Amino acid sequence: MTDIVHFHNVSHRYGDSGAASLTEVTFRVARGEMAFITGASGAGKSTLLRLVALLTRPARGEVVVNGVNLSTVPRGKIPEYRQQIGLIFQNFNLLNDRTVHDNVALPLVIRGYDHRAIGRRVRAALDSVGLLGKERLLPLMLSGGEQQRVGIARAIVTKPMLLIADEPTGNLDPKMAREVMQVFERFNQVGVSVLVATHAIDLIKQLPHRLIHLHGGRIRDDEPMGFARPAAPAGPA
Amino acid sequence: MSVPPLDTAPERPVWIQRWSQEHARVLLATLGRLCREPVSTFMTAAVVGITLALPAALHVLVKNVSAISYSWEGTLQASLFLKDSVTPERGRELAQRLTGRSGVAKASYISREQSLLEFRQLSGFGEALDLLSDNPLPAVIVVTPGRELPQHQITRLLDELARLPEVEVAKLDQKWLERLYAILSIVQRTVLILSALLALAVLVTVGNTIRLDIESRREEIVVMKLIGAPDGFIRRPFLYTGFWYGVLGGFLAWVLVDTALAALAGPAHNLAGLYDSSFQLAGLSWRSGVGLLAAGVVLGVLGSAWTVGRHMSRYEPG
Repeated sequence: MTDIVHFHNVSHRYGDSGAASLTEVTFRVARGEMAFITGASGAGKSTLLRLVALLTRPARGEVVVNGVNLSTVPRGKIPEYRQQIGLIFQNFNLLNDRTVHDNVALPLVIRGYDHRAIGRRVRAALDSVGLLGKERLLPLMLSGGEQQRVGIARAIVTKPMLLIADEPTGNLDPKMAREVMQVFERFNQVGVSVLVATHAIDLIKQLPHRLIHLHGGRIRDDEPMGFARPAAPAGPA
Repeated sequence: MSVPPLDTAPERPVWIQRWSQEHARVLLATLGRLCREPVSTFMTAAVVGITLALPAALHVLVKNVSAISYSWEGTLQASLFLKDSVTPERGRELAQRLTGRSGVAKASYISREQSLLEFRQLSGFGEALDLLSDNPLPAVIVVTPGRELPQHQITRLLDELARLPEVEVAKLDQKWLERLYAILSIVQRTVLILSALLALAVLVTVGNTIRLDIESRREEIVVMKLIGAPDGFIRRPFLYTGFWYGVLGGFLAWVLVDTALAALAGPAHNLAGLYDSSFQLAGLSWRSGVGLLAAGVVLGVLGSAWTVGRHMSRYEPG
């Protein structure tokens, strides 16, 4: 079993009989791979990640994550499944009335770790995103980039093998966005599979990772790692 | 199906230790959260407490009235008017026999002559009685039922005594006591109905407070679900909040009832003294107090569980 994610002829609709958001999408992401899902708004990037996170289910086809066909996961087992993956969001989804430490510790508390193990793992996670020393601060006391790094620390604190991030740099300035992407790359270098949905082409064009381009709910291009990409046209000054 | 773990968790403690630690953590965390909002916590607890105190106070009232009526039962006496044909010897023998009977505390024979003498002294008709050629009064056996005998057995005893061949008429002046028992029975049933209605009020009060709490924490609930918190984990703080409202409300109800009784004890004792009675107002026993606390806890947890069950599924990550 070498694939961490496998989409096989997956179609999805908005609502019960709404418009198609994905149509017969098939692709595989290998274990330890980092891939970007890109495309314009409405292309189906977020839907694809929502399918992986079991926030929605496909109308047709199969989504297999780490060997588990997600259509066989019953509703009651969804929390257990979500504990196995790291989720990162554009709007950070932090609890603003809790400290950075408590936010990062939450997945460990849910899984029932004792407080010493929690303290150790939270410090390690914050260290890996460069936020050690800010444990006692509240999220709103941090910059946008720092808040996103708290979100990443929360996602990786349980040491998942798959990280999925939906527009993680959407609310960040270019410098902070680059820092966040570098954090993802560091985790990928130690074997974590990373799937990032983004429309920030300028940001990812120089990165040596696979790029899956969606258009109208279908895969238009699937550029493998190391593919020589043309330089993006210069925008207006 | 079982989801194979992407990451093993070697630092996980054993299940039971994990479970108890988590519950203890949430128990204290919810108490801490309530303490950080003392005014709203007190207001909810006060509503629960007053609502529980009302049926508890009525229960104590009924208990005290029952205690008084029980002491009155001991003063009941049945009069068995004997037939004219019954000789004084036979009457005394019958009284002796009745004294040994179960359910009878005492039976005294009063002869016709004694009856006339007593009547002459008490009625004030002494001279009028001299005009009578014959003593019109019958011999009587005065029967005192045992104190332990309940009301319905006293009635049955009287029926049995009335059927004795020596007895012409048996009489027990108990109508007023029967009426009192009937009133008490209605009051007891009213207390039960009121208790059920007020229990419903506690459920609604706690449920509504928890509903507002859930709504104010909906973002937190969504985030929890996103990162894999099971429903039980998300529900737990709300259930413990209901638990604490129940504990605080039950305790407050206990204090309110005891304080009210302490305030009434003196005047009630004075009133009883005017009737030559040593009656003292009984308060809530420890058992009743603990029962009140337990009722508060059960209603608090049920109220929150009811609301959490109805509202939690509204907030799904989308």
